[in-house]
Amino acid sequence: MAQDFEPRANTVARLILAGLVLMPLTFVGLGYALERSDYVTGQNETVEQPIPFSHAHHSGEIGIDCRYCHTSVEVSAKAGLPPTTTCMSCHSQLWTEAEMLAPVRESLSTGVRLKWEPVNELPDYVYFNHSVHVTNGIACTECHGSVGEMRLMRQAAPLTMDWCLDCHRDPVPYLQPPEMITYPYRTTSQMSEIDQAPLAEFYDIHPGGLTDCSTCHR
Amino acid sequence: MSVGRALVLLLALAACRDDMGEQNKDVAYDPSGVWSDGASTRPRVAGTVTRDAPLRVIALAEPPEVTPALLARGRERFEIFCAPCHGFDGTGDGRVVQRGFPRPPSYLSERLRAAPAAHFLSIIADGFGVMYPYGDRVEPADRWAIVAYIRALQLAGGDAPQPDPARAAVPVETPFPPADEAPE
Ligand code: HEC
Ligand code: HEC
Ligand code: HEC
Ligand code: HEC
Ligand code: HEC
Ligand code: HEC
Repeated sequence: MAQDFEPRANTVARLILAGLVLMPLTFVGLGYALERSDYVTGQNETVEQPIPFSHAHHSGEIGIDCRYCHTSVEVSAKAGLPPTTTCMSCHSQLWTEAEMLAPVRESLSTGVRLKWEPVNELPDYVYFNHSVHVTNGIACTECHGSVGEMRLMRQAAPLTMDWCLDCHRDPVPYLQPPEMITYPYRTTSQMSEIDQAPLAEFYDIHPGGLTDCSTCHR
Repeated sequence: MSVGRALVLLLALAACRDDMGEQNKDVAYDPSGVWSDGASTRPRVAGTVTRDAPLRVIALAEPPEVTPALLARGRERFEIFCAPCHGFDGTGDGRVVQRGFPRPPSYLSERLRAAPAAHFLSIIADGFGVMYPYGDRVEPADRWAIVAYIRALQLAGGDAPQPDPARAAVPVETPFPPADEAPE
């Protein structure tokens, strides 16, 4: 009678067994990596805008404070995007012939607002609030990256739930003094030079309920 | 048989939609098909009186008591909204002026030292010449704070404190060198 199995069958069987274990692991691993990849989270993506507005120019080089344009960031959930008149408060006199700024002038004369496309976006089931963060010692750059160096705005953080939670479990190491909240640059040496313990007391931070589901899903 | 089941299961997957992420409601900045301008955030109807309108009138009527807190608030608001043109010391050589914006008169001039607070309050609210109004972005209480700080600048006579790092752009000394680092 011919043999059913050749000698190498043992090896094949072992490989198959190993594969049975490794395959699901690989799929789970790939899925996990994909979920957190820039492709899914949108991290580092730039978005086409009606005008190529440069934060590097306006916040970095000219030093205009964020709140000149994002006026409601300290008092409401939304930071707010500048209306046409905010741009025109300078560009009525500056670069008045520039082709790049034609949409701003057109918007002022027709009254049709500029349509800025969203860069950072959370799903509708997440509640987020700017004012609570910027009045409790979290700088814009902590979440939006080194805005003062961005020629085009990009999404600097993954904005996943575990990213929020990483900070909410213990926000103290991320705290900065009030005058640094709208500082346009971000460096690691910057954080290591700050003593956060007195700041936690100053801002009266209580991380107790910050990881409750109902904090962000309400 | 099992292939058929697998196909049915695949169909179920195709039905997955992000209904919770894109809920059937309008949030700020959402496009809207209801209004002719296509935006769900509505401008205020002309002639609307806001609930806090009387409070704003009252806040403008009487000057507040000048305290260190008022001056600190005034300095912050001044450096955000006025210093880009009027300069951190009020002499009128802000960074936007250095790049070609018409130069405003110095706050330190005899004329503006003698000008009443009402002159400044109304210019913040309604603008002046080529200067746009700031009334939509500077609350009445903050207008008083800015005026108090301008008075302090006039007393200091061009000897203004160093601006906060947040308003100090690259060419000015920064406490930390910029580096291209995205947060983890
Ligand atoms: C001169 C006005 C101006 C100033 C000053 C300014 N911004 Fe902006 N910002 C804009 C405009 C206009 C947009 C929309 C276009 C874009 O996304 O590039 C924007 C977009 C953004 C966005 C992306 C919004 C989205 O859709 O997710 C972030 C984040 C942001 N700004 C942060 C900042 C920070 C932080 C500062 C201060 C360091 C700042 N901005 C200063 C005008 C300004
Ligand atoms: C506080 C004053 C100020 C405001 C407000 C302002 N800008 Fe500017 N902007 C400037 C100055 C000054 C320059 C020229 C910089 C230079 O020459 O170095 C400039 C340059 C530009 C340029 C061309 C230069 C470049 O490469 O970016 C564009 C485009 C522009 N601004 C768009 C906008 C838009 C859009 C807004 C409204 C959201 C706006 N600006 C609001 C002061 C301002
Ligand atoms: C704790 C993290 C965090 C901090 C700190 C933060 N942001 Fe944001 N920002 C976000 C997230 C998340 C979104 C997306 C919100 C959404 O989709 O509802 C966002 C959206 C924005 C937007 C566009 C939508 C809007 O709210 O108008 C602007 C503009 C903006 N941020 C500016 C700023 C500025 C300026 C500061 C500092 C003064 C700042 N942010 C601080 C996380 C942060
Ligand atoms: C870098 C740190 C940091 C990050 C990142 C962060 N937060 Fe926060 N968050 C804080 C701090 C600090 C507070 C205020 C705590 C306090 O008041 O004691 C806060 C408060 C809040 C509150 C209000 C809680 C309450 O009940 O008062 C909400 C809602 C919130 N965060 C949502 C979010 C969401 C959603 C994200 C992610 C998109 C996020 N946060 C990312 C630090 C952070
Ligand atoms: C600090 C804010 C925060 C807290 C606290 C929080 N979440 Fe979330 N959650 C988020 C954000 C932000 C997202 C959106 C993530 C994304 O878009 O990738 C999210 C997404 C989710 C999702 C959808 C996941 C998906 O991939 O579709 C579920 C389910 C969820 N959260 C459950 C919970 C539960 C259960 C708790 C309590 C244990 C909780 N969350 C606490 C911020 C939070
Ligand atoms: C975009 C640049 C710019 C900004 C920002 C700005 N101004 Fe002006 N301001 C000017 C210019 C230019 C003039 C001179 C206008 C003219 O004569 O046509 C002026 C004039 C004035 C005057 C009138 C002086 C006189 O001759 O009587 C006062 C007062 C004043 N500004 C106060 C302020 C205050 C307060 C703020 C902040 C809330 C502010 N300005 C923000 C550019 C600016």
